[in-house]
Amino acid sequence: MTDMTLQAEKGTSLWEDAWRRLKKNKLALFGLGLLGSFVLIALITPWIAPYAYDAQNLDLGATPPSAAHWLGTDIFGRDLLTQIMYGGRISLAVGFVATAVALFIGVSWGAIAGYVGGRVDAVMMRIVDILYALPFMIFIVLLMVVFGRNLLLLFLAIGAVEWLTMARIMRGQVQTLRKQEFVEAAISLGLAPATIIRRHLIPNALGPIIVYTTLTIPSVMLLEAFLSFLGLGIQPPKTSWGLLISYGAETMEEYPWLLIFPGMALTLTLFALNFLGDGLRDALDVRRSAD
Amino acid sequence: MSLLSVSNLRVDFNTRNGHTIAVNDISFSVEKGQITAIIGESGSGKSVACYSLLGLLPQPPASIESGQALFEGQDLLQMSEAELRAIRGRDIAMIFQDPMTCLNPFMTIGDQLIEPLVYHKNLSEKHALARAKELLVEVGIRDPDTTINNYPHEFSGGMRQRVMIAMALINEPKLLIADEPTTALDVTIQAQILKLIAELQTKRDIGVIFISHDLAVVADIADQIIVMEKGLLVERGDREAIFTDAQHPYTQKLLAAIPSSIKEASTRAPEPLVRVEHLKTYFETPSQLVKAVDDVSFQINKGEILGLVGESGSGKSTIGRSILRLLPITEGTVTFAGTDVTALDKKGLRGMRRRMQMIFQDPYASLNPRMSVYDTLAEPLLLHGIESRKTVEQAVLTLMDDVGLARAFIRKYPHEFSGGQRQRIAIGRALATKPEFIVADEPVSALDVTIQAQILDLLLDLGNQYGLTMLFVSHDLAVVRHIADRIIVLYQGKIVEEGSSEALFTNPQQSYTKTLLHSIPGQSLLAG
Repeated sequence: MTDMTLQAEKGTSLWEDAWRRLKKNKLALFGLGLLGSFVLIALITPWIAPYAYDAQNLDLGATPPSAAHWLGTDIFGRDLLTQIMYGGRISLAVGFVATAVALFIGVSWGAIAGYVGGRVDAVMMRIVDILYALPFMIFIVLLMVVFGRNLLLLFLAIGAVEWLTMARIMRGQVQTLRKQEFVEAAISLGLAPATIIRRHLIPNALGPIIVYTTLTIPSVMLLEAFLSFLGLGIQPPKTSWGLLISYGAETMEEYPWLLIFPGMALTLTLFALNFLGDGLRDALDVRRSAD
Repeated sequence: MSLLSVSNLRVDFNTRNGHTIAVNDISFSVEKGQITAIIGESGSGKSVACYSLLGLLPQPPASIESGQALFEGQDLLQMSEAELRAIRGRDIAMIFQDPMTCLNPFMTIGDQLIEPLVYHKNLSEKHALARAKELLVEVGIRDPDTTINNYPHEFSGGMRQRVMIAMALINEPKLLIADEPTTALDVTIQAQILKLIAELQTKRDIGVIFISHDLAVVADIADQIIVMEKGLLVERGDREAIFTDAQHPYTQKLLAAIPSSIKEASTRAPEPLVRVEHLKTYFETPSQLVKAVDDVSFQINKGEILGLVGESGSGKSTIGRSILRLLPITEGTVTFAGTDVTALDKKGLRGMRRRMQMIFQDPYASLNPRMSVYDTLAEPLLLHGIESRKTVEQAVLTLMDDVGLARAFIRKYPHEFSGGQRQRIAIGRALATKPEFIVADEPVSALDVTIQAQILDLLLDLGNQYGLTMLFVSHDLAVVRHIADRIIVLYQGKIVEEGSSEALFTNPQQSYTKTLLHSIPGQSLLAG
């Protein structure tokens, strides 16, 4: 054992360790695999989709799943599988990019506020409070009016709203952590504040952040559907899972497959994210490793 | 017949990490009118044994595998939860280590005291209050008419422990179980509480089980001593027998670990390395200005270990942190090797930190739980450019050798180590940059007694090897006497007395120093 631990781990970092532990978690690996295949499919959709995303067949209309259309067609005779594949491109992109934006701003903002404390903290958190109080719709509509409709802007706008809660969670975590002696020890070693936040505080606050992140991604996807539904996001013939679900919900009595299949795509993503998130949280918590 | 007679008690724990026998087939008895001390280090099963008797262990993970515990002829282990509840608090009462967590912060002391009387004994509130006041007087709380209406946070730690004792006694129990009741207290308060427990025990003629990790604490009060190690009862005997004629090697080890020597004064010519002049560190709270350190001047000579002694609130830790500028100083100067530390800017200070380091009290809190030994020890080396990425691993291994950690542990995380090993990691981190000066803030007070002795020896060895100058902050006089060349006694932010260890211990000048020295537990039996 001695030899193995000595040589096998040249330059192990927290992340390498976490990956080693994650590999033992079957459910998390399954989630990762599922998510990975969704992303892969989304990337190569233009080459593998059975139909063009805007190809209509009004004569056909809505048909249940068949050999030609595996998941059926919608009322305009568009292939549902193709729609879901193209919709996934938008939904996954919005979900990941907006969450990444929220994660980046929220974690840094919260960490700085929590670590510096005092007046800086008060000002930073009051800004968060004000943004919380700002009606979300007005904010988005304003952005759309000023900058015009733009997919990238949509990502940013959603991310800019979602980071608020992230910042609060992070600040709370950092506030408890910074009172611990290991932070004082880091200061007495001569580490600069930025290094302390990066190396000592953020890794210790990851658990709740990861859990919240896995919850944020699906909620961002639904938020996009809501905005698109109001005419602020994606417009037909482009589509997203959220849009497909909301259209499917309207016609669910006559054509249930139009709700079931997009719903399944979103649900599977959500499950995969939760499995992966739980697995990551455990993997990053060094105390949980049994060996 | 014994008040409590436990035979063949075995308690197991079944957890994810495996099966452990916490208490392995122990038998003992507690007599009426005697204090039985159960001594052991953490993990010895001393608390588990007592908690299992009262059904206070969560089951699972714990399970009582076998045994009998006859309390006045009834087997406690066979009782239902309802029967046990009737006995707990009435016939058998408990006192815990931390009184604050055991008192309801939203109820006055009086309300909490009379609750059992009003509900269980159907006393009228007026009678109950009168009874509560009598008890408060009995446990040494003055002016019960006012204090009875106070809330727990308005009491000091020692006073709170007195209130806890009053609460434990209110139903006139026949057996009192005290679980480390003085561990969280200052040494002078500890002496008072020990005296109080002994007095109450004699006066009321009850049986007491006193659980402690520290043999010295029970040296003055115990009638019978039981020593436990890893779930086994290794030795049992009356007090004199244990202290003068211990049979089991573990008991001998415990006794040897009690620091009792006085370090001899060094003969080196004093050459000051750190000079503290008129240091004042004040904290501003919304309601008042706390003068934690109030105009303190002293110097620390090259190569010496200066002990800084005082009770909680004396400002001893604050001085250590002020010197390292981990806290903002209100007034005064600190000079380190000719440089005015208080005048350094942020960048200059960061460079200076390499030369002055700190060892913290709690090795469970002072190590980043997400960093392996390698990460923790490599960080200062890389930060100050002492080693390059290529050579750092070798340097870390050398450091691990120095502090006595097996090299194979290099990739392990703090939670995989015991308290003593963690403190070794923390010491290694402090020594990594080869500092000239170290502030050690109560570095052994969170550790078991035998481990304490090892860490103290390690510090002394490393001090010589690295040519260290050290400020050793502690509340424990016995420890300081063992390690320090010179001692400063603090009281409420001011220096009371200063002198070589030998002089201070053999011939203290100030009355406060005398009180402190007098409070060191176990002197009667350990003096020889």
